[in-house]
Amino acid sequence: MSHKTPLTRSDIEDFLFAEAELLNTWRLPEWLALFTGDGVYYVPSTDVAPMASPENNLFYIADDHFRLSERVKRLMKRTAHVEFPRSKTMRLVSNVRILAQSEDSLSASAAFITYRTKDAVTDTYFGTHYYQFARDDAGLKIREKRSMLASDGLRAQCRISIII
Amino acid sequence: MPHAIGPAVKIDTARGTFNVARRNFVDPGILQAEHDRIFDHCWLYLGHESELREPGAFLTRAVGGRNLLFTRDNQGKLNAMLNACPHRGAQVCRERSGVAKTFQCFYHGWVFGTNGALRGLPGADAYQPDFQQRPETQMTHVPRLECFRGFVFVNFDRDAVSLEDYLGNAKEYLELVADHSEAGMAIVGGTQEYAIRANWKLLAENSFDGYHAATNHATYLDYLKSTTGGLVPIALSGTGRALGNGHGVVEYKAPWGRPIAQWIPAWGEEGKARVDAIYQKLVERHGEARAERIAHSNRNLVIFPNLVVNDIMAVTVRTFYPKAPDLMAVNGWALAPQGEHADDRQARLYNFLEFLGPGGFATPDDIEALEQCQAGFSNMREAPWNDISRGMGRQTPAYDDEAQTRSFWTEWNRRLFGDQA
Ligand code: FES
Ligand SMILES: [Fe+2]
Repeated sequence: MSHKTPLTRSDIEDFLFAEAELLNTWRLPEWLALFTGDGVYYVPSTDVAPMASPENNLFYIADDHFRLSERVKRLMKRTAHVEFPRSKTMRLVSNVRILAQSEDSLSASAAFITYRTKDAVTDTYFGTHYYQFARDDAGLKIREKRSMLASDGLRAQCRISIII
Repeated sequence: MPHAIGPAVKIDTARGTFNVARRNFVDPGILQAEHDRIFDHCWLYLGHESELREPGAFLTRAVGGRNLLFTRDNQGKLNAMLNACPHRGAQVCRERSGVAKTFQCFYHGWVFGTNGALRGLPGADAYQPDFQQRPETQMTHVPRLECFRGFVFVNFDRDAVSLEDYLGNAKEYLELVADHSEAGMAIVGGTQEYAIRANWKLLAENSFDGYHAATNHATYLDYLKSTTGGLVPIALSGTGRALGNGHGVVEYKAPWGRPIAQWIPAWGEEGKARVDAIYQKLVERHGEARAERIAHSNRNLVIFPNLVVNDIMAVTVRTFYPKAPDLMAVNGWALAPQGEHADDRQARLYNFLEFLGPGGFATPDDIEALEQCQAGFSNMREAPWNDISRGMGRQTPAYDDEAQTRSFWTEWNRRLFGDQA
């Protein structure tokens, strides 16, 4: 097996900016393909410890891969009433840092601000994404994305009906 | 007395109609009257015993427009105090939760015990010798605090009836939840704190509305069908019941899995063995009929005015308070048996999140529905009435009728407008 060159911050930024673009344009099935076959997506509640487990803490979202693919299916339907008509969203990703990497894995964090506009009301989600990536010759896949809100719950935003 | 511009609720038994004025959801005068006549006099849910385990444990929580400090003092007794310093009013405790020996007000440094008694103050010799012992220098307790099967309630009306009398027929349903486990029930870590840009009463209606599932939650039902092995072949069916005092419940069979105790294929053979054992235990403790009811029926309970206990694919406890006529703050918790098997706990929490909460596959569509109703009420001058007549002629109301909703509004109307309503 060939030795891979270490990835740089701008490699990760390219990945995250492309991810944001897929989400902003509602190309959710393509976004889902960024995950490994067992990739998961978490949004913890804001009064639990930073790396709390969803197995014994109540989160806002704790999707295993099956549920995540069902979330994408649901959001693509007209009957996902909360997103009909679809909201307009804009994701800003910044402060990207590689936390650790090896030949076949990489972890990174990034600050985010996500705006969601529907019916002339704009809600703002902000915090830090933590990513665990799997790396092979084809590139990076997301094994875990954990979006930690820096707000007090969702008092201001009311719901979390999009992928932030 | 709120200024009545025509009736708030209109009942016509001959025509079989029950109508609610849309003004009730938008009028600031109505909201003020609700504070004065409902939230200042009804029993309001504060928290669950399990949230304060050891002496000195505390949490702060907004209840009925007040900021409360809820403690288990060093004698092990529960206290609910107004979180305002007797000196000049600052919030004494500014943390969300924790364990403390004392609370020190950061403004001038008065120190209070976990029961709110003044323990000391800087420069005590500048005051009269008995100053520290006077009632007005202690933290103020909420006038009434009572518990029922682990659920802790407060009342700001010293003369209110007892909690048990207030709960009345609703007690039976809280007991069914409390009886899930002989080890007792506890709130799971993590609070869902969100809001809905709609009037608070819309969430009371929605929480036990069996009528909206097929359309509003179409995608959730689609999801259930695609889970491993699908569902158990049980059709949605059941009854609605007005419980008096404004409380109401719908009780019904449903095809989803219940950790206590209805197995679904997705939980596998090991899961089946555990669910069977839980069921067997329920039979030993409660007999076949009650065990069957605990395990295989679902219940959406609303305790007037704003406590929801839904014993469904998981158990959720939820409160919601008005911040404005068109805005409410919602808190959601998961309640679960203490010492539950890790796999059952995980299944329970995943069940919860699949449906419930602001990131679930169902609740966001409820939020959307409530906000769309609120938007629709802008048209109330020309389109002034809501209809909640479903099942009015029926002897036994079905789970998807609106008898329980009429019960809520009848009590609401009585509390606001009295007998002249
Ligand atoms: S306001 Fe608390 S010590 Fe002065
Ligand atoms: Fe609903």
